[in-house]
Amino acid sequence: MTNGSRERVLARVRAALADVPADEPVERRPSERPYAESHDAGPTLDVLVERLVDYNALVRRVAPDRVADEVAAALERCGARRILVPAGLPEEWLSRTSVERVVDSPEDPRDVAELDSADGVVTACTVAVAETGTIVLDGGPDQGRRALSLVPDHHLCVVRADQVVDSVPQAVRRLDPLRPLTWVSGPSATVDIEMIRVAGVHGPRTLEVVLLDPDA
Amino acid sequence: MRIALFITCVNDTLFPDTGRAVVRLLERLGHEVVFPTDQTCCGQMHYNTGYRRPAARLAVRFARTFENADAVVVPSASCAAMIRDNYPRLSRSGSRLARRMDSLAPRVYDLTEFLVDVLEVTDVGAYYPHKVVYHPTCHGLRFLGLGDRPYRLLRAVRGLELLELPEATECCGFGGTFSVKNGDVSSAMGFDKARHVVETGAEVLCAVDNSCLMHIGGTLSRQRSGLRTAHIAEILASTEKEYART
Amino acid sequence: MSATFLGMPPFPEAAKRAVEDSRTRHNLHKATHTIRAKRTRVVDELGDDWQRLRAEGERIKTHTLRHLDHYLERLEESVQRAGGTVHWASDAAEANAIITRLIRRTGETEVVKVKSMATQEIELNNALEAAGITAYETDLAELIVQLGEDLPSHILVPAIHLGRAQIREIFLQRMGEWGRPAPPDLTDDPHALAEASRVHLRELFLRSKVAVSGANFAVADSGTLLVLESEGNGRMCLTLPETLISVVGIEKIVPTWSDLEVFMQLLPRSSTGERMNPYTSTWTGVTPGDGPQDFHLVLLDNGRTDVLADTVGRQALRCIRCSACLNICPVYERVGGHAYGSVYPGPIGAILTPQLQGMASKVDEALPYASSLCGACYEVCPVAIDIPEVLVHLREKVAESKGHVSEKALMAGAEAVFGSATALDAVQRAAGLARGVVPRHLPGPAGKWTDTRDLPDVPARSFRQWWNEREDGR
Repeated sequence: MTNGSRERVLARVRAALADVPADEPVERRPSERPYAESHDAGPTLDVLVERLVDYNALVRRVAPDRVADEVAAALERCGARRILVPAGLPEEWLSRTSVERVVDSPEDPRDVAELDSADGVVTACTVAVAETGTIVLDGGPDQGRRALSLVPDHHLCVVRADQVVDSVPQAVRRLDPLRPLTWVSGPSATVDIEMIRVAGVHGPRTLEVVLLDPDA
Repeated sequence: MRIALFITCVNDTLFPDTGRAVVRLLERLGHEVVFPTDQTCCGQMHYNTGYRRPAARLAVRFARTFENADAVVVPSASCAAMIRDNYPRLSRSGSRLARRMDSLAPRVYDLTEFLVDVLEVTDVGAYYPHKVVYHPTCHGLRFLGLGDRPYRLLRAVRGLELLELPEATECCGFGGTFSVKNGDVSSAMGFDKARHVVETGAEVLCAVDNSCLMHIGGTLSRQRSGLRTAHIAEILASTEKEYART
Repeated sequence: MSATFLGMPPFPEAAKRAVEDSRTRHNLHKATHTIRAKRTRVVDELGDDWQRLRAEGERIKTHTLRHLDHYLERLEESVQRAGGTVHWASDAAEANAIITRLIRRTGETEVVKVKSMATQEIELNNALEAAGITAYETDLAELIVQLGEDLPSHILVPAIHLGRAQIREIFLQRMGEWGRPAPPDLTDDPHALAEASRVHLRELFLRSKVAVSGANFAVADSGTLLVLESEGNGRMCLTLPETLISVVGIEKIVPTWSDLEVFMQLLPRSSTGERMNPYTSTWTGVTPGDGPQDFHLVLLDNGRTDVLADTVGRQALRCIRCSACLNICPVYERVGGHAYGSVYPGPIGAILTPQLQGMASKVDEALPYASSLCGACYEVCPVAIDIPEVLVHLREKVAESKGHVSEKALMAGAEAVFGSATALDAVQRAAGLARGVVPRHLPGPAGKWTDTRDLPDVPARSFRQWWNEREDGR
């Protein structure tokens, strides 16, 4: 049935497009992109911080050598006792905290009940977008499986300054579509009741970003 | 300049004062106005209701009637938009109508466009000592892109106090045959528009299209609001001398 | 199968009832005005670039549609290369049969769903129910509609017609039927309502083995699918189950990954009025060790090729389901989504539904007239669909069809009058003579005018009479 449907749908598409000249090029040239590279919203890291805060994320902007202290302090503040950690997270980030770690990797995954019982998760990211206040995770070893940053209620994400771009086009160019990507802009939210944005539904209700800024 | 007036069927039949005001205004500004008497209707009602062929025949009639005009002035934004936006869709490319319209369309203007862009005048020497609110009609706003032209003309009128209309860009609900085919929604939209108009405390509501004014004005009149409507041409044509006379 | 709700009266009748429902009108006014303001702010933030992005979005979609066969085959190849299975469904029945078969193969009898217009269009939930499979909607608004046994009234926020107090009632009464019940002291604070939905669905998310989703975009060159969402229910469905079935209309394709540079700017700002929605998930086939290991893409025609065959109406397939046209529409604001009697309400629904399924019924035939042609929808559309143009095009099809005898006679009469200046002049003179005897309330269709509005006074002389007299006097 499916095979017959494939040919039927394609034949219908071709019949519907009888008006399109046969010699019209199928490929578009990527150079034909007339829109802006970015929108001059201000200094990149300042904009990222402003827009993360605008979408209810907690943000700490610190010098890179302060990362372990900030991570420890953040975990302390939220009262986490047991946290999830992707196997490739830099060891030094957790060097100042004594909370219990549950290490997860695609090769040795924790089951969903274990993910659910953790108080939070610490990950890196692959790209952050200043203009939209977005962090993007691509499932790399320091970010882990998608479920890691989803099931726990608290997501602490460490962002390096060199990972931050100004705009969506710049981010798209850095990303590999073959990897599973999660774009995160603030904690989970809904507008389904009277179109008013309410933070905190099924995803983590707290998003905390530690931004490593060499000039901080 | 010799200006051909396309009065439109609605103005011709129901709002002759608007046409007279346009003639008075343009002549006062030193121009000759002609009225090709073969003209009737632009075909907007037929076109918008789905009657394409009658609309196309009326388009041909318009093109023939105004073919040799230097400039065609239309005191109705929706009719001007019908001619400029939709006539090309009614004609097959390369057809006689298409060729005629290609040359004619750039010479067809809404009154306020013509004053500001062609005659390059915003102060037309008018006097109108009233509180006025302007409703930007959909065709003027979104199809012709009149922008601030009507506001600039009104602000230059002596004695006129221009008030701001809340939710000005929202449709009044007229929509031609929509006003009867979906009379309940049309009325609901008209009520809201009328309410916003009344809230401004204006004495007069003006617009660039009498069909919208007929709808809002009909609602205001049924509600005995005491507010009256006037096409922008009537305000721009009004002078101190005339006021002294009345 | 049809995208029209059964038993619905045609638009003018349904609209009359809706206009008289003051609570719904209040809810709609509040919601649409809130979202309009948000959209305006984030669109203006991009300055002139918005129109360039909009034009580019239009170009990409138009180009894709003109070569849709090519891109469909490319998408199929990319998805298969990445470990997914591709199915083709020419109509709703085929799609539902494929999905039912895939779910049965897993041995599961319940599935979680991410909000998807395509699965609503094919009435998948009913088909699954008939096959003994329970489908749970997990989007908050979909959940409200499903629990309340209501119909969706908006593309993005299907429960937009309900206010917080009504939602609280539904949660208190219905949540106990499955999953965690609502707490008895539930308030109508939106935070509390969102929390209740979190608790209600949590266990279901963690145990579900099969999910059904749609997709906002399907990228032909990489085989990537995207879902944009807010709550995290999408991430739950796309990540935790073992099997994922995505139902995607054939028009959802974009050619290349880099095309998302445009759409990831256009869609969130047009849709929820945010710079970016909280969560976007992208996946390409199957990723070993992460997420569902069994992935199926169902490509759905179901009338889309009929739309594609119409060179004017085709542009409706550019739609990215943002719902900006609903939010700005003065007609939608006053009548809500139910009056359209269709899965796709509002201006886009008025051009999409009659094209997808034809205009054989009175409900479908009325849709192209459910607009004052004010053009606000076209102005906000992020892919520049000229909705008024398509509405008029569809009206032409209705006017050309059988029936509508009295309107055709009226239009022919009007054309006869406008066909000659002499005839018009005669009518105007007759009207001038009859002035003063025009009744305040007219009979017939014109009564729809005089029910609420006064008629203008008929002048004694038409403009052309005045002009001719003036010329004669010179």
